[in-house]
Amino acid sequence: MAEFVRVDSSTSGHTMDKSITLPPDEIFRNLENAKRFAIDIGGSLTKLAYYSTVQHKVAKVRSFDHTTKEATGDNLYEISMQEEVTARLHFIKFENAYIETCLDFVKDHLVNTETKVIKATGGGAHKFKELIERKLGLKVDKEDEMTCLIKGCNFVLRNIPHEAFVYAKHADSEFRFQTTQPDIFPYLLVNIGSGVSIVKVESEDKFERIGGSSIGGGTFWGLGALLTKTKRFDELLQLASKGQHTSVDMLVKDIYGGSYGSLGLTGDLIASSFGKSATADKGETWEGPKFSKEDMAKSLLHMISNDIGQLACLYAKLHNLSRVYFGGFFIRGHPVTMHTITYSINFFTKGEVQALFLRHEGYLGAIGAFLKGAEEDNPNQYSWGENYAGSSGLMSVSPEMYPMQRARSGTFSFDMLEMDRLEGKLVNLPLLQDASSYIPDTVDLTEDAHAREYWLYCFEEALDGVVQRAVASQPDMPEAAERAEKFRQKYRHKLQTLRHQPFAYGSLTVRSLLDTREHCLNEFNFPDPYSKIKQRENDMALKYYQKAVKCLDELSWEERQYALVRGVLAGNVFDWGAKAVSDVLESDPEFGFEQAKRQLEERPWLVDSYDQWFERLKGPPHKCAMFFVDNSGVDIILGVMPFVRELLSRGTEVVLASNSGPALNDVTNGELQILTESIAAMDPVVQAGLREDRLTLVQSGSSSPCLDLSRLDKVLAMVVRERKTDLVIIEGMGRAIHTNYYAMLSCESLKMAVIKNSWLADRLGGKLFSVVFKYEVPATSQHSAALTPS
Amino acid sequence: MDKAKSMIDKKGASGPFHVNNGQSQRGFHSNGSCCSSNTFGSSTGGSNSSTFENMHHVHRGDDAECNGSPAKRCRLRRRTESLRRSRPPFPWFGMDIGGTLVKLVYFEPVDITAEEEQEEVENLKSIRRYLTSNVAYGKTGVRDVHLELRNLTMCGRTGNLHFIRFPTQAMHHFIQMGRDKNFSSLHTTLCATGGGAYKFENDFRTMADLELLKLDELDCLIRGLLFVDRVSFNGHPEGYYFQNPSDTQSCVKKTCTLDNPFPMLLVNIGSGVSILAVYSENNYKRVTGTSLGGGTFLGLCCLLTGCETFEEALEMASKGDSTNVDKLVKDIYGGDYERFGLQGSAVASSFGHMMSKEKRDSISKEDLARATLVTITNNIGSIARMCAVNEKIERVVFVGNFLRINTVSTKLLAYAMDFWSKGQLRALFLEHEGYFGAVGALMELLKTTEDP
Repeated sequence: MAEFVRVDSSTSGHTMDKSITLPPDEIFRNLENAKRFAIDIGGSLTKLAYYSTVQHKVAKVRSFDHTTKEATGDNLYEISMQEEVTARLHFIKFENAYIETCLDFVKDHLVNTETKVIKATGGGAHKFKELIERKLGLKVDKEDEMTCLIKGCNFVLRNIPHEAFVYAKHADSEFRFQTTQPDIFPYLLVNIGSGVSIVKVESEDKFERIGGSSIGGGTFWGLGALLTKTKRFDELLQLASKGQHTSVDMLVKDIYGGSYGSLGLTGDLIASSFGKSATADKGETWEGPKFSKEDMAKSLLHMISNDIGQLACLYAKLHNLSRVYFGGFFIRGHPVTMHTITYSINFFTKGEVQALFLRHEGYLGAIGAFLKGAEEDNPNQYSWGENYAGSSGLMSVSPEMYPMQRARSGTFSFDMLEMDRLEGKLVNLPLLQDASSYIPDTVDLTEDAHAREYWLYCFEEALDGVVQRAVASQPDMPEAAERAEKFRQKYRHKLQTLRHQPFAYGSLTVRSLLDTREHCLNEFNFPDPYSKIKQRENDMALKYYQKAVKCLDELSWEERQYALVRGVLAGNVFDWGAKAVSDVLESDPEFGFEQAKRQLEERPWLVDSYDQWFERLKGPPHKCAMFFVDNSGVDIILGVMPFVRELLSRGTEVVLASNSGPALNDVTNGELQILTESIAAMDPVVQAGLREDRLTLVQSGSSSPCLDLSRLDKVLAMVVRERKTDLVIIEGMGRAIHTNYYAMLSCESLKMAVIKNSWLADRLGGKLFSVVFKYEVPATSQHSAALTPS
Repeated sequence: MDKAKSMIDKKGASGPFHVNNGQSQRGFHSNGSCCSSNTFGSSTGGSNSSTFENMHHVHRGDDAECNGSPAKRCRLRRRTESLRRSRPPFPWFGMDIGGTLVKLVYFEPVDITAEEEQEEVENLKSIRRYLTSNVAYGKTGVRDVHLELRNLTMCGRTGNLHFIRFPTQAMHHFIQMGRDKNFSSLHTTLCATGGGAYKFENDFRTMADLELLKLDELDCLIRGLLFVDRVSFNGHPEGYYFQNPSDTQSCVKKTCTLDNPFPMLLVNIGSGVSILAVYSENNYKRVTGTSLGGGTFLGLCCLLTGCETFEEALEMASKGDSTNVDKLVKDIYGGDYERFGLQGSAVASSFGHMMSKEKRDSISKEDLARATLVTITNNIGSIARMCAVNEKIERVVFVGNFLRINTVSTKLLAYAMDFWSKGQLRALFLEHEGYFGAVGALMELLKTTEDP
């Protein structure tokens, strides 16, 4: 059973509260174009879902018509701001007490909708059916609760990285997020509502309730209320977290005096729940409870958690499943129950099965109901991404946590999840050695407190500069300053949240901090603050291209190979994303390419496999190289392009993968197309490459300064396969150090970066401008050995 | 021991083996040869508080006597005779000290020759008479007369096997009595199993100079169970099951034996629950266990209703209605939950109605007791069923004292096994529910002495 039961008990204490005014800027956003409503009404919380479109400014680059070039000065291309409409899913969670206020608000702000129906699920759906129909004028269409739950579960598992986590109370970081599995099926969903339902999910449409138990959240609540005279579920949990179960439970050592060694049962194991309350010598002294409320609540919590854990394990074993997700109101946002369930699962399976929890577990029903209603739009054909700017994050303002306290304090609390539709479907890089164990990020800041401290500080420090650049990027928009200020507040608030709840959006990483900043900038219509800077740098660098190539051509083959690598590295020094460099760039715009080369560390580098790379170059050319590029300007034009040119000359096909959307001064796919064409115009090698289709450009599918090789554009993956790519080059700190430093590929790979952050350099045992040159060859020799008959 | 004393001091309560009523008094008094001081308890007067003091007093006298050479010689002779006949000296006990109850089986030889009778030392004789002529010992000790196995041959001797239980809490009184009885002078081996064999081992040694032969409880359980099934229950089958368990009208108890008992899933419901997969007498494994057992039922009932004993709790439960406490599928869906094939009458949430304050305020103790019983029983059934499926065993045997006088649970288990397995699994029960461990311990005694 799921969570119906709370309707009659917990809402009885609530009254409809209409006195609260909603903060319209923050909640129920983009209602104007909203459609496809769905609602999931649980025992105490309502979750509303809708689909909407968001208009965003995007920066577009367009090549000038060369015939009219004189009118535009020196610029190679023009930048224009365009409005783009993207799809977004909104999910809002609030207390049932505010349902009427919320429905009124929605009705008032709903303008352009043709929606006639609202999909509804959850135990409260029938209770509020009439109210919803009257307020919204929509027909309530009920959907099966469990079906919605599972649809929602599939959706979040597929679309939200770090959705699932393991809970470890005593570890450095309580939440250990799981990497998204390429295949989410099969799994077991244990939904602990008032009772327990155990559902085996084998595919999107195939699932079965294979078992359950009547001992669930309702038992904890009902029995707990009887034993402790405590009414509320969360108060019971609080009691339990303070209690000592050993005074109520009969332990193995109470029976054996110690452990039961031959069976491996330790003395502290519970032999009989509540066993001591039976044998307690109350006799004539019976005068009411002799056990404390806390102790009884704790014993009850253990009893129920252990029991559910045991059943879940028995079912997992019977059906041979190792992924078991737990949800339902018993679990939702409660560290206490997550801990006891985890403990139980570990005990019964000896670690073979892990208890998994979901960040957006509370939204599953609403998401599922929404998806049922949106089937004709087929949302599953797209990839969706969590919008960090518009989502509250795990346990940040969650209304689950002591709702009554907040209700009394008079603040309307809500929790939001927003998901953006991404362009096309994102897939794995086919060249990952093991997609299921691939973790993009090098350092998990959730687990590394020192690193977390530093990076949060670093991003906070950089905020002023980002705000200034954002304003400067839109000189002809007078309200830019105001928007930039809002951006500052939003991002600062996110950083503060992450300081206290590093786990709010999954594993905290440098990548997620960067992505959150991009999301916040977009939120306030600063789609590309660096567009002008990039433009200027590109124009400047292009002027030196021919000279640079000429210099390289004059070198001997051996010298040239080294010079090319140094060129890529020196180019990579130019980076506005790195604090140390942006300081220099800002104060000394003449900081030249040659200067950068001098700045580079001399060999041997911090990570130096140049000799192996050089040896490899003496061998046969690679079939095809996929180059994940980094920055605009000097980096791409004077560093990467000559390198690419050499590869082409060797007979290697080259695919340049660049960002789909802007992030810092990273070169975007749109910009790179224009740049490549103008380089081709002055370089026959590049021109021939383009003409003969040996040089191609693809977009990565990302708008991040980092790189997640498990979420790449489908076309990119197709090209990798078609061209039989045998070399992957990843350039830059964001893509090769913050992420992918440890990524194992099934082909040769080259990771090149200059460390432009002294803290990170320190961490890696180097210094500022230390060089990472990591050339790796997969251990294919082992595979072939295994295939050779002995 | 301190605990025992303080109990007496505080409440003036009697020990468990104090003989309380007329019946037992008659038993002793009719037997003129027996001095009250040699019995497990005193029957003199109505003063309970004097019981232990009497025993202490007599105990000292006994000690003096034991050191005398005639008795020693007598005992030695008996021991050597027994050994020659490869048989342990009397008394024959098997003990299973559980978390809540101590189960004691006592073999009373009925083929005692006149010569033996004469040689039998006084305290041995008095033990025999005390145990066999009473049905209750002290305030809490009970002999389950209806379970007695009569004219049983064990180790070449014929006798009756008696089944006695008392609360584990009274263990220290029992040990104290062993000392007072000078039990150690009998040089019998005290075979004990259950956790208490370990927990109280040192107390037996220091308080009563008794060495326990500690035995694994699961070994004993299986051995005892197979033995009792083999010898049958005074000519009747030991086992039973319910025919038509899914139909309350036509559900009837049917006896059966465990011929060809393997493999079986053995579910032992004591304070907690152990579930074993048994493939032969010596080949078994503990599959799992749960802490939601008889102790949980009684513990929760005590807290919820203020009752004090298992009998009281069961009595209340038999009158209650759990559907006032539990939330059923139909309470939520108005009927069956068809999408998942759940009947409306299935329990969706145990104690689910109790989330509502109004319902909590109006619920009866009987209903609470019943719901507790049903919740615990169904949960055991559910886990047992899953284990049976995982282990691919079709026969599920339920034992343990939780099932004593508990037809609500036995029928419910029978129903649950049948219903959820669609008739694939059968639940079997045994009349001597909780005593198999003790029987197994006794068999170990007889076995040990047979070994050279």
